[in-house]
Amino acid sequence: MKKDIFQISPGFEDIMPAEYRDLIDNGPFEKNVGVSDLGSFKELLEEHPLCAGCGLALSLRLILASLPNPEDTIIVGSTGCSALAFPQVALHNIHSLFGNQNAVASGLKRALTLRFPDKVKDVVVIAGDGATADIGLDMVLQSWFRQENITTIMLDNEAYANTGGQESGMSPMGTVLNMAPKGKKFPKVSVPELARESGCAYVATVTPAQPKKLGKAVVRGILAARELGPSYIQVFAPCPTNYKFKPNETISKIKLREKEGTYETKEYITAEAQELFARLEEGKK
Amino acid sequence: MIEQRVVEPPQLFEAEKETQFITGSEAVREAIRRANVEMAISYPITPQSESMHLVGDLFAEGYIKEYFRGENEFAVMSSVAGAAMGGVRVFTATGGPGTLRAFEAFSTWAGARLPIVCAFMTRGINSPLTIQPDTIEMAFMLDTGIIMLHAETAQDLHDMILRSFMIAEQTEVHIPVGVFVDGFFVTHTRDKVDIAPADMKLPPYDPYSSPVPVMDMENVPFRQMRDPFVMKSNYVSYSAHASWQQEVMAAAERARKYIHQYLGDLIETEYPDADILLIASGTAVSQSREAMAMARSEGFSVGLVKIKSIRPFPEKEIRELVRNAKAVIVPEFNRVGWLAREIKSVAEDTTKIVAGPRVYGGMTMPPNMIMDEIRRCSI
Repeated sequence: MKKDIFQISPGFEDIMPAEYRDLIDNGPFEKNVGVSDLGSFKELLEEHPLCAGCGLALSLRLILASLPNPEDTIIVGSTGCSALAFPQVALHNIHSLFGNQNAVASGLKRALTLRFPDKVKDVVVIAGDGATADIGLDMVLQSWFRQENITTIMLDNEAYANTGGQESGMSPMGTVLNMAPKGKKFPKVSVPELARESGCAYVATVTPAQPKKLGKAVVRGILAARELGPSYIQVFAPCPTNYKFKPNETISKIKLREKEGTYETKEYITAEAQELFARLEEGKK
Repeated sequence: MIEQRVVEPPQLFEAEKETQFITGSEAVREAIRRANVEMAISYPITPQSESMHLVGDLFAEGYIKEYFRGENEFAVMSSVAGAAMGGVRVFTATGGPGTLRAFEAFSTWAGARLPIVCAFMTRGINSPLTIQPDTIEMAFMLDTGIIMLHAETAQDLHDMILRSFMIAEQTEVHIPVGVFVDGFFVTHTRDKVDIAPADMKLPPYDPYSSPVPVMDMENVPFRQMRDPFVMKSNYVSYSAHASWQQEVMAAAERARKYIHQYLGDLIETEYPDADILLIASGTAVSQSREAMAMARSEGFSVGLVKIKSIRPFPEKEIRELVRNAKAVIVPEFNRVGWLAREIKSVAEDTTKIVAGPRVYGGMTMPPNMIMDEIRRCSI
């Protein structure tokens, strides 16, 4: 999208909301900004309705700030906490149903490729752990099998948070949550391994405790999806509300889990992707 | 692939036709060949599969730009939605259990104002396992918000699919059209179908004719709202949701004039002033026509009403016809009698409506069954 498409028509500036004017004047479009520039540009997420200390909200801000091409990025979301924030994101974004995000994204990406053959349109799926690892897992995997050129980002808060804190496939074994009154009986689903085995060119697990690393993973995931095939990024986004910790402890909880070895950040890069990143990242220097 | 030129819809629809002796599935292919469809997504289910095989052949020949097999009907209907939101003309088909597997997706299509055209080759729904002809899935689809047309013949199927794109894509309509056809009876039998030359095709879809933003980051608004309704429990949020649904219903109402324009009246009648009216849709119309001929040759006063559009429903037309008849017989290929319910819901005097005969589980409907009802009504 060219910036002039959303430029405010002369004479209407005073009736447009202040934050919209701010977005036009100081937004990230056509600027090549990243997480290190946060604070120097108007963010795509206008406030958010999520809980204080929400790891997901923080992660979403970082993801949106990292998009390499926001003016041509379309987000496909799913039902869950993040769905509450998306209407306030200044990008075209789709909420269709619970779990069908990767199927919707497959159709969307192919349609945009037909319509804009000479332009890059990044289709990025951002959905929760329930949407990705449980109700939508078949469609997530099938989009990877089909080698769809889309990036899938899981916001992993280890529960169905929006419906009141039920166990999800991503909850750690033994955790007592609603619908797991005696504790979860099976381990966290290894979606990164599934992604690797299902043909993703780039896989990363990251956390908002390391914003630059998260930002780099988002950029790499999107570049891999453009050129090679599907990519997967799993973002640890703990939930203070349902895991009953203080809102100001979100980052320390992440660090603790990493220290314990119960949440590992890692990257899997195919040889092809390695070559691509070397070429692109070298070119940037 | 034959080199095609874009022509205005009336030029295509009124072109000099060639009569071909083809199956219903082949009639679908010939409609899609001329429909300037950009993308089609398929998933196997009997009796629909053959249609989407043939649409796949069109992709291989170059008539369609993108085609793939999805992983299940829910996913396919979701992918089709994604494609439509991305601004392309898209086609798919399913039937029976596939329709129910995808059900949640259909209810979102109209709400998202997507002009998808989907063919439904109807069949029975389990359990017990059946693959036989049955129209029961239409009962479930009545309130999904989509426009529902019911084809009697391969000609209907061809014409309805081709012309549905023009109905669905009107800005003031812009909701999906389902073209329903009785599986096997029409899809797997041959019939004479009049077809326009293959070097003509419909004008392309203009995505910016959509009443809602296309999800391509090429049009505004690119922020939907400041204060999402889903978060609110107040009158404004309820009202926004309610008025959106009313607008979808109004869009289906506004489709009436385009159905008239492209497919003629919502009903077709033969001897509408007769004492006994047979009112049917789909292949039940063909069986009713046979029964009518038998009855009339025996001196009974019998007429026929073929309903082509189930949604929007021809309320006024049916109310009027029922008012003037002494008895109304509604033959159906399903257990529940959904068409009889629809007719009763608009009739002033429901006591004269016979909700049957009905066959299901794959049974055929001999015209004699309808004849028996005609005799009973004549006593």
